[in-house]
Amino acid sequence: MTDAARPHQTFNWLADIPEYHGLWSWVSSIDHKQIGIMYILSALGFFLAGLTLALIMRIQLMVPMNHFVSQDAYNQIFTMHGTTMVFLVGMPLLFGFAVYLTPLMIGARDMAFPRLNAMGFWIFFFGALLLYFSFVGGGAPAAGWFSYAPLTEKGFLSNPGIDYWALSLLVMGIGSVATGINLITTVLTLRAPGMSLQRVPLFVWMILTTGILVALSLPALNAAIVMILFDRLLNTHFFSPAHGGSAILWQNYFWFFGHPEVYILILPGFGVVTEVIPVFSRKTLYGASFMAASTVAIGFLSFGVWMHHMFTTGLGFWTLYIFALSSLLIAVPTGVKVWTWLATMWGGSLRFTTAMLFATAFIIQFTIGGLSGVIQAVIPLDWQLTDSYFIVAHIHYVLLGGMLFAMISGIYYWYPKVTGRMLSERIGKWHFWLMVLGFNGTFLVMHLLGAFGMPRRVWTYPYGMPMVSAMNFFSTLSAFVLAFSIGLFFWNMAYSFIKGKIAGDNPWDAWTLEWACSSPPPPENFDRLPPVRSRRPLWDLTHPPEDSGRKPGGQL
Amino acid sequence: MDLSSAQFTSIFNFATEQGRTLVDLLYLNLWICLGFLVTVAGLLIFGIIKYRHRPGDGEPDQTEGSTTLEIIWTAIPLVIFLYLGWLTFSVMGIVYPPAGKRQPDITVIGHQFWWEYRYPKSGVVTANELYLPLGSDLMLEIRGADVIHSFWVPGFGQKMDAIPGHPNNLFLKPIREGLFLGQCAEYCGSQHSLMRIMANVVSPKEFEAWTKSQAKVPAPPTDKTALHGRELFMSRTCIQCHSIAGTCATAQVAPDLTHIADRKTIGAGVIANNLENLTEWIMDPQQFKPGSLMPNMRLTKSEAHDIAFYLENLK
Ligand code: HEC
Ligand code: HEM
Ligand SMILES: [Cu+2]
Repeated sequence: MTDAARPHQTFNWLADIPEYHGLWSWVSSIDHKQIGIMYILSALGFFLAGLTLALIMRIQLMVPMNHFVSQDAYNQIFTMHGTTMVFLVGMPLLFGFAVYLTPLMIGARDMAFPRLNAMGFWIFFFGALLLYFSFVGGGAPAAGWFSYAPLTEKGFLSNPGIDYWALSLLVMGIGSVATGINLITTVLTLRAPGMSLQRVPLFVWMILTTGILVALSLPALNAAIVMILFDRLLNTHFFSPAHGGSAILWQNYFWFFGHPEVYILILPGFGVVTEVIPVFSRKTLYGASFMAASTVAIGFLSFGVWMHHMFTTGLGFWTLYIFALSSLLIAVPTGVKVWTWLATMWGGSLRFTTAMLFATAFIIQFTIGGLSGVIQAVIPLDWQLTDSYFIVAHIHYVLLGGMLFAMISGIYYWYPKVTGRMLSERIGKWHFWLMVLGFNGTFLVMHLLGAFGMPRRVWTYPYGMPMVSAMNFFSTLSAFVLAFSIGLFFWNMAYSFIKGKIAGDNPWDAWTLEWACSSPPPPENFDRLPPVRSRRPLWDLTHPPEDSGRKPGGQL
Repeated sequence: MDLSSAQFTSIFNFATEQGRTLVDLLYLNLWICLGFLVTVAGLLIFGIIKYRHRPGDGEPDQTEGSTTLEIIWTAIPLVIFLYLGWLTFSVMGIVYPPAGKRQPDITVIGHQFWWEYRYPKSGVVTANELYLPLGSDLMLEIRGADVIHSFWVPGFGQKMDAIPGHPNNLFLKPIREGLFLGQCAEYCGSQHSLMRIMANVVSPKEFEAWTKSQAKVPAPPTDKTALHGRELFMSRTCIQCHSIAGTCATAQVAPDLTHIADRKTIGAGVIANNLENLTEWIMDPQQFKPGSLMPNMRLTKSEAHDIAFYLENLK
C-alpha cells in the first residue's frame, strides 16, 4: 500500500490496523513492528514459565529438608529457570525492543534485512520450544545455565536433557547472530537525513553496541556447543579429562561468550532508562557524549573480563590479577552511567509516572548489583563468596532489579506507542510498589545467606541453622509478593489493551522520532519526517533555538 | 543429622589466619561500597524531593553537561578501584602464595557426593570428616575424581575448585579449635546439596593421637555376629566399591571404611553414625540420600544388621 493511496489514514488502536488482522498476517510478517511485538510477547510468556519454576524452587527452599520436589526435579528446575530467564526472556525482550524501536527511532521504514529479521524471530521461537519439549522428551537439562563440563558428558548425565539444551541454544544462537548483524547494519545505513551517529538516541547507541557484542560473542558459545554435541553424540572427548580432554576449556569458551552476554542483556536496559529519565525530568541528557563513550568502553572491556567467573579454578597469579583489574575497570564506565542519570534528574522537573518510578528503582537496585560485583572483582573475596547465594543475589540485582526493571519501565513508556492505549497508572503504581517490596525482600537476604555458607543450586539445607531457615522462609514469602505484582502487571497489559485511554501520538511529550508517527505506527512507519537537527527532533519543533536563547538540546 | 555441636557457620566466624585476612578485607570493601551506595541513594532521594514536578513549573534549564564534573566522577571511582586493585594484589600474595616444590599435607578429593581425605605423610585415608591440627601451616591439594566440585568451609576463608585433571592448592593455618561445617560449592549433579564437609580443628596432641589410631589396621573381629558381618561384606558387592585396610576389600570408588566406627556421621553428614542408622543405610542408602551413588542392594534386615555390626567395630 502506497502513501498516496492512504494519505492521512491513521489508527489509534493496534487491533484496528487491517494489515495486522489474522494469524497469517503475523506468521508471514516481515514488518519489524509485528516481529518486535512477537518477540516481546513470547518473552513475557516464557517469563511466566520461568517465574513458575522460580516459585517451585522457593517453595522447596522455604523450610529445611523439604521434599516438595525431588532433588533431580529441583536440578532440572533451576537449570531451566536460569536458561529460560537468560535466553528465553532476556534475549527476546531486548531483541523485541531493538527491532521494534530502532527503525522508528532513526526514521527508517524497516530493518535493513526484514526477512532475516523474521528468520531470527522464528528460529528463536522454535529453539525455545525445543528446550521446553525436553520436559516431555526424556528429561530437562540439569547442569545449570552454564552447563559445566565434564558433568555434561554422557557418562554423568545420560538423559537427553543436555542434548536439548545444546541444540536449542545452538539454534537460538544462530538466530541471535543474524539479528545482531541486522541491527548493526540498520543503525549504520538506514538513518534519516540529518541524523548523524552523534544524533541517534542513546538507546540506539546501546543497541548498536549490543549488536556488535552479540555478533562477536555468540559464535564462541556456538562453537563450544558443537563440541559438547560431538562429545555426547559422537564420543569425542573435548571436555572429558578422563580421556585427555579439558574441563576448563569449556569454561573459557562459555564465559568468553557469557560475560559479554550479561552486558548484552543489560545495555538495552541502560538504553531504555537513558530515554525514560530525560523525558520525565524534562531535561536533555546530561553528558551525552560520556554516556555514549562509556557504552563503547563497556563493550570493549566486556571481552576482557571473562575469567572473573573462574577465579576459583586455580589460575596463575598474574592471570588472576589481570582479570581482577579489568573487572574493577569495567565498573568505572558503569559508574559514569549512574552519575549521568542522577545528574540528568538533578535540576529537572521530575514526573513520577510508573515508567519513571521503575527507572528510578532501577538506578538504586542496579547500583547495589554493581557494588556486589565490585566486591567480587576483589579476588580474595570472590574466593569466599562465589557460587554461594551471594551470587544468586548479585545475578538478580543486576538482571531482575536492573535489566527487568528497566524493561518494565520501557513497557510502561512505549506501550501507548505500540498499542495506541495507555496502561493504567493506578494499577501501575500498585505493581511498582509491590514489585519493589517483593523483589528486595526476596533477594536482599540472599546476600547474607551466602555469607552464612549456603551454596547456590542446593536442593535443600539441614535443620539446626536458625538464621538460614528464617531468611529462606522470609525470601519465599517475599517471592509470592513479587509474583503477585507480576500478576498485576499482566492484568494491566491485558485490561488496558481493551479499556485503556487512547494514547495519542505523543502522550509523554517526548522528543525522539518514534513519537512523531501515530500510535500505533502505521505499517509504513512515517508519512513525513520532521527535520533532524539534534538528538531531540520533536523538542526542536516546539523549542526553536531562537525561542528563549537556550541551546537546542542534546548536541555532542 | 544434628550438627549443633558445630561452630556457627559464617564467613565472619573465621577459624584460620586466611579467613581472618579475608574478613578484614571484606569489611574495608563493604565500607567503600556502602559509601558509594549512600552517595547514590542520598543524591537520588534528595533530588527526588527537591526537583519533583510541582504544578505551575515551567520547563527546567537544559544543562548539557560539564566536562570537569564528568572527568571528576570518572576519576574518583577510578582511583578508589585502583586502590582496591592494590589490596587485591597484596592479599592474594598472602593467602595464595606460590606452592613451589612443597608437598601437600593433605589431599582432598571430591567425588560425586562425598569427600576423600588422604594424609600422604602418615598414609591415613578417610572420608567426609577432616581433621586438622591447630596452628600449623597447611597446604591442601584439591582434586576432583569425576566432575568439578568445590571445597568450601566458610570459616576457613577461600574455596577451591576440585577439578579432574587439574589439581589445585589451598593454604590454611587453623587458629581456632572446633567443628566447622562446609559443603561442596560447585554444582556436581544429583545430590550436590548433601555433599557436606565436617572439618575438625583439634590440638596438635589430639591430632597426633587421631593420626596414630587411624594409621593402624583394626583388629579382625572375634565376635560371631561381626564375623558373619565380615563374611557378608566380603562376599556381597560391597568390596567392588569400598576398601577396608587389612582385608581383601581394596576398591577405591567409595569411602574408605577402615575406621568407619570413628566417624560421627554417615553419608557425608546426612545421618548420625550408630548401629541402627548404619543398618538402615546399608539396606537403602537412597532413603537418606536420594541420588547417592551407593545402590540399594536388597539385603535383608538381619544381613544388614550383621554387616553394620561388623563395621561398627572397625575402630
Ligand atoms: C556401587 C558402589 C558401592 C557399593 C557396591 C557399595 N557402596 Fe557403600 N558407598 C558407596 C558410595 C559412593 C558411598 C558414598 C555415598 C555418599 O555419601 O554419597 C558409600 C557410602 C557407604 C557408607 C558410608 C560411608 C561414610 O563415611 O559416610 C557405608 C557405611 C557403606 N557405603 C557401606 C556399604 C556396604 C556395607 C556395602 C555392601 C552391602 C556397600 N557400601 C556397597 C558406593 C558403594
Ligand atoms: C521473578 C522472580 C525470580 C525468582 C523468585 C528467582 C529465584 C531464583 C532462585 C531461588 C535461584 C537460585 C537457584 C539455586 O541456585 O538453587 C535463581 C537462579 C537464577 N535466576 Fe532467578 N529468580 C527470578 C527471576 C529471575 C530473572 C528475571 C532472571 C534473569 C533475567 C533470573 C536469572 C537467574 C539465573 C541466571 C539463575 C542461575 C541459575 C543457575 O544457577 O543455573 N531469575 N533464581
Ligand atoms: Cu560436589
